[in-house]
Amino acid sequence: MRLAELDAILGDVNRIILGKERPVRLAVACLLARGHLLIEDLPGVGKTTLAHVLARVLGLDFQRIQFTSDMLPADILGVSIFDRGSGAFHFHPGPVFTQVVLADEINRATPKAQSALLEAMEERQVTAEGETRALPEPFFVIATQNPTYQIGTFPLPESQLDRFLIKLELGYPDAAAERELLAGADRQQMVAKLTARIAARQLTELQQKARAVHASAALIDYVQALAAHTRTSPRWHAGLSPRACLALLAVARAWALLDGRDHVLPEDVQAVLPGVIAHRLRPTDDSSRTDAETIAATLIEAVPLP
Amino acid sequence: MARVNRPVSRRQAWWLLATAIAASLPLLQHVPLWLSIAAGLAFGWRAALTWRHWRLPPRWLLIPLVIAGTVGVFLQYRTIVGRTPGIALLLVFLALKLLELRAARDAVVTALLCYFLVLGQFLFTQTIPTAMLACLTVLVTTAALLAASDDRPAPRQQVYRAGMLLAQAIPFMLLLFLLFPRVQGPLWGIPQDRFTAVSGLSETMSPGSIAQLSQSDAIAFRVRFNGAVPPQSQLYWRGPVMPSFDGRSWRVAQTLAAYPTIPYSSTGPQVDYEVTLEPHGKHWLFALEMPATLPADSAMTSDYQPIAREVVRNRMRYTQSAWPDSNAGANETRAALRAALALPASGNPRIRAISAGWQAAHGDNGAAILAAAEELFNRLFLTYTLNPPLLGPDMVDEFLFDTKRGFCEHFAAAFVFSLRAAGVPARVVAGYQGGEINPVDGYLEVRQYDAHAWTEAWIAGRGWVRIDPTAIAAPSRVSSNLAAAVPAGEGLPFLARSDMAWLKELRYRLDAVTNGWNQRVLGYNPQRQRDLLASLGLREPDWRSMTAILSVLSGAVLLVLTVWILRNRQRVDPALAAWRRFTARLARRGIVWQAWEGPLQFAERATRLAPQHGREIGEISGLYAALRYGPHPQPDELSRLKSRIASFRP
Repeated sequence: MRLAELDAILGDVNRIILGKERPVRLAVACLLARGHLLIEDLPGVGKTTLAHVLARVLGLDFQRIQFTSDMLPADILGVSIFDRGSGAFHFHPGPVFTQVVLADEINRATPKAQSALLEAMEERQVTAEGETRALPEPFFVIATQNPTYQIGTFPLPESQLDRFLIKLELGYPDAAAERELLAGADRQQMVAKLTARIAARQLTELQQKARAVHASAALIDYVQALAAHTRTSPRWHAGLSPRACLALLAVARAWALLDGRDHVLPEDVQAVLPGVIAHRLRPTDDSSRTDAETIAATLIEAVPLP
Repeated sequence: MARVNRPVSRRQAWWLLATAIAASLPLLQHVPLWLSIAAGLAFGWRAALTWRHWRLPPRWLLIPLVIAGTVGVFLQYRTIVGRTPGIALLLVFLALKLLELRAARDAVVTALLCYFLVLGQFLFTQTIPTAMLACLTVLVTTAALLAASDDRPAPRQQVYRAGMLLAQAIPFMLLLFLLFPRVQGPLWGIPQDRFTAVSGLSETMSPGSIAQLSQSDAIAFRVRFNGAVPPQSQLYWRGPVMPSFDGRSWRVAQTLAAYPTIPYSSTGPQVDYEVTLEPHGKHWLFALEMPATLPADSAMTSDYQPIAREVVRNRMRYTQSAWPDSNAGANETRAALRAALALPASGNPRIRAISAGWQAAHGDNGAAILAAAEELFNRLFLTYTLNPPLLGPDMVDEFLFDTKRGFCEHFAAAFVFSLRAAGVPARVVAGYQGGEINPVDGYLEVRQYDAHAWTEAWIAGRGWVRIDPTAIAAPSRVSSNLAAAVPAGEGLPFLARSDMAWLKELRYRLDAVTNGWNQRVLGYNPQRQRDLLASLGLREPDWRSMTAILSVLSGAVLLVLTVWILRNRQRVDPALAAWRRFTARLARRGIVWQAWEGPLQFAERATRLAPQHGREIGEISGLYAALRYGPHPQPDELSRLKSRIASFRP
């Protein structure tokens, strides 16, 4: 039974981001699975628009942080400033205190600034000047990064990459979609006209529904078989961690929910595999710059269903 | 099975090429050079096909190649049956089969051809290295066969899986080895070209022929004594007896009477032993002088030489007894004595003169002439050497009075000549003298460098008396060994030397292992099998009851395995079992379910391929997906799935 509100959300996003049904769907699945999203792509392919649209249709606050190399943790988290009137320090929350954060070009900042955001993502709270402040709920980070071969980047370490549930590549739209974009209305205005499809409370309910999607023993066997293969195969430096397996299962559940099913199928796992594993597996053969889809396809075809 | 039509992947092609090379390399030494080159070209072609993604050669090219290969083998051997032509033909087929790897079926055929070629190696040699090489090749071939059905695992995993499979087969192998009814004779008895040159004694002896053998440390035979080993100086292993002399070389008698039993009576103690004789391509069996019994399937010539009915082309084992003290031939026939006196009409005047002097002094007193001859040899100070100088036409005279250097054949020839010239019947006996106990397994090893020649003289009233003229000049040759007798610095085979103890030790161990292999594995004959079964409580079983035992035992093992597999099968999800039946049905229509494919994804693809069954396929796949992956499968859903699949007729 497909959920009407989810279809409506996907419909809205797809009307603005053209020809990117799969990445859009993965982004929504990531959100339903309460994870954070990393988009690695060139400027101008619609990363910001995607973040914006998602925030609008879900009825969430939206903030954008542009990362630069001179950025300090306080620029993200906020600072305490002495208020002469009250005679006390007053905390000015940083841009991170919002429901949807677009962290643009995260790998242009120094590791110090990066880790401030990444810690907030993991803990869903911010500790500044001895005081812990909870972040709003839901809390969803969409980080973008330039391809790591570009100049002036601080690549995220593998342990930090692992905190993103999904890594996406949007890529160029195909010719038809691009034509529609060029001929169509101004996207900025379209975004501005969007109305929220659901309330924040409903989103939390959907997230709970996603978590309740059934994963049978046979399916868990399959996830384990996939992980076991990555751990023994010489193709990769290190196999998938238990955290990666949990992530795979969570995204697959959300994917099944988007499909209107109450149980996960191997197809769901296979569909989300490129987004979940591409930033977690490093090929031993560095010379081959294989894309996420190819890596996932190799893995899928090497592991029979149990 | 639609699987046999699957195309051969590159990985599978590499596997098959590797196993084909591994299986054919050891055989290349036995086939003609043109075939080796042709096989190498075919392998190279195969490698290029795989590497460069070339198209397979067409049928119209392959068929003439097969015919050309077969004709080539026929022209080479004038036949295509027999060991070497058969192997050559198999090699042709294998090389060309690699060029038509179209489907999984061809891959399986190639692997099976490789198994045959591995078997072919045993038609040539059956040594431990051959067996080890064969095991390795079988491992690779099995891995290739596994890869032919599933090429995804990494090579290491394939080899591991093959190893596990072969390890599981070991109990069956042992069972078949021990209990499969044995036939008498070699397992690979292919007569015409079974045997090629092997070193050993020959029917003739000329100066240098035995010295040549002394350069080889190959084993001639191994002996195990029941009881104490006789002293070294009594270890005369009687071989071909050579009464006829043409002035240059000695040879065995052309026609001989053969006795079925021992033609003389015994005296003195008896020595019992067992000989494991290496193949030497002749009839004679070596026996300690004088033989007291005859091995099975052998007879004794009138000059007391045990001979086998068949040429010794396979390693054979026989038990023997000997009476070291007995003299044979007290009443020797006139013809034999006449033959033992024959000399060329002329030549060697100096020794003839001396012999005539003995005859004048002692008349027909053979013992006295013998003593005179021994005294002469003692007085001449002859030197025992591996490198005697070349001799001219009067070789006895030149050896005794000019060069004075010779090997055992010079001594024996000169001694017999001098006795015959004095009217005493005498003859040369070739064989082996001595041998060395292998300290590892206690077998006496007699090697080619123990080859020796000595003499027999006929003395009235005593019969044939053994005299070893070499012992007169070099007593240590007989009392210890060759190394002690020849002057220092002469080239000796490594094992005959007395230094380098640790290397010798190593060699002894190797020889002991080889001997164990020969005795226990290759020598496992019907007799041994009967002994084994008797020790298991089965007296005198015939092949019928042995076949029955074998069937019952294999049946029991198979039953246990089947029960075990069936018990494991019960753990399979019934929905999955039904799904497998469904996919098997579709596979027969050429719609093959990939093992990694999810049910709905497969349904979509199958519907595209067979739209007329789309509704059924979709329904069955949906039911299966819900049953296997859904939260609360209903029992009636399973029966519905089963009935849908049962009535599904693609």
